Amino acid sequence: MTSFSPGFQGRGRRPADRLPPGQYPTEQFPVLSAGPTPKVPTATWEFTVTTERGATHRWSWEQMMALPQEDTVHDIHCVTRWTKFDTHWRGVPLDVFLAEVDTSADFAVVAGHGGYTTNLPLQDLRDGRAWLVHSYDGYPLSPEHGGPARLLVPHLYFWKSAKWVRGLRLTHEDEPGFWEGAGYHDYGDPWREQRTWGD
Amino acid sequence: MRPVPWRPARLLARSPQTPTARTLVFSVPGWPGHLPGQHVDVRLTAADGYRAVRSYSLAAPADGERVELGVQSVPGGEVSPYLADVLPVDALVEVRGPLGNWFVLRPGTLAPVLLVAGGAGVVPLVSMVRAHRAAALRGPLRLLYSVRGPDDLWYREQWADRHADFDLALLYTRVAPPGDRRGPERITARDLAAAAAALGPDGTAYVCGPTGFVESAADLLTGLGVDPATVRTERFG
Repeated sequence: MTSFSPGFQGRGRRPADRLPPGQYPTEQFPVLSAGPTPKVPTATWEFTVTTERGATHRWSWEQMMALPQEDTVHDIHCVTRWTKFDTHWRGVPLDVFLAEVDTSADFAVVAGHGGYTTNLPLQDLRDGRAWLVHSYDGYPLSPEHGGPARLLVPHLYFWKSAKWVRGLRLTHEDEPGFWEGAGYHDYGDPWREQRTWGD
Repeated sequence: MRPVPWRPARLLARSPQTPTARTLVFSVPGWPGHLPGQHVDVRLTAADGYRAVRSYSLAAPADGERVELGVQSVPGGEVSPYLADVLPVDALVEVRGPLGNWFVLRPGTLAPVLLVAGGAGVVPLVSMVRAHRAAALRGPLRLLYSVRGPDDLWYREQWADRHADFDLALLYTRVAPPGDRRGPERITARDLAAAAAALGPDGTAYVCGPTGFVESAADLLTGLGVDPATVRTERFG
């Protein structure tokens, strides 16, 4: 019946409840980064949250590690179409940092070492939906996967989970980040297949 | 902003690059053109409606409705063995693109450009070399291309046809051809030193290949003093 790709059979059909449209499952953990992998020592590591009024909150590595930690398991979805089920992470819920911050901002620009940025509604970083993670599968997060610490926002495509995270800037206006300015969707919901502009 | 649409793509020709790699040339009516370095999504549909999508790099600069892809057949892969050996000439698939606005070489670039390819990572980079050959780009261009052995070399006729301001170094990692003075080894700082120095403050490096290769080559470049902000990477596998 179909007029496309005659003879293509494909692999086993996957339960639709865990695999977002247009994704395929992988057992591997592919690496995608726009540039070289920065080496960030924990001795000088710092995580900052800067509010819309310019107030900056800071946490050193030791201070961050002393905050309440969570072990959390998620399926992650990369816009390049791989999905990895049941990834195990350890880190601090963003709620813990944001509880100390007085803000009425609607958006956050996340910055990583190496110049990477990504934007998302501040609401998506709250309510137990986002973490600053430093361990993967029981081991310290490796540099190519964003170590020593990255953001984890598993309900959005994985480019929102900025590697080598160093801070959040809270804003009233939505400001496109690195990929969002280069053609990727502003929000990036894998279940609505929001990959590129106009999706 | 309108979504990037899926377009029917008819396979015009398939040719071998290596024992496991193929060039596939499609005709895509309505294709809007693309920049060297960009890629497309290819969608296959089975008889029961099941679909699979993968990304493939464009191997040639924009040329009307003609779209050339490079496909490395991955053993046990769901899509690449089908594209490499099964899809009949004259049959249709669907493509969506062009995609990717970062790992691209803009026309008219005058500053030095360094391309570093590992294995099948040469595909988006050969598109840049071909654009340079066609004189859409004018600055000096240098390609360092790392392959396991002579049998793994893609685009042989391209490398035989040297052109002005283009410099090529083939780096063999396992088996070197007779007369190769470097000898087989993985990419080292020695291989990259002159190219890194020639980049200058305005140049850009593009590194593409398997993750381990890209990590290693990009680290070597920054170790040689190249500004990390001028190194663009694309990894696969």
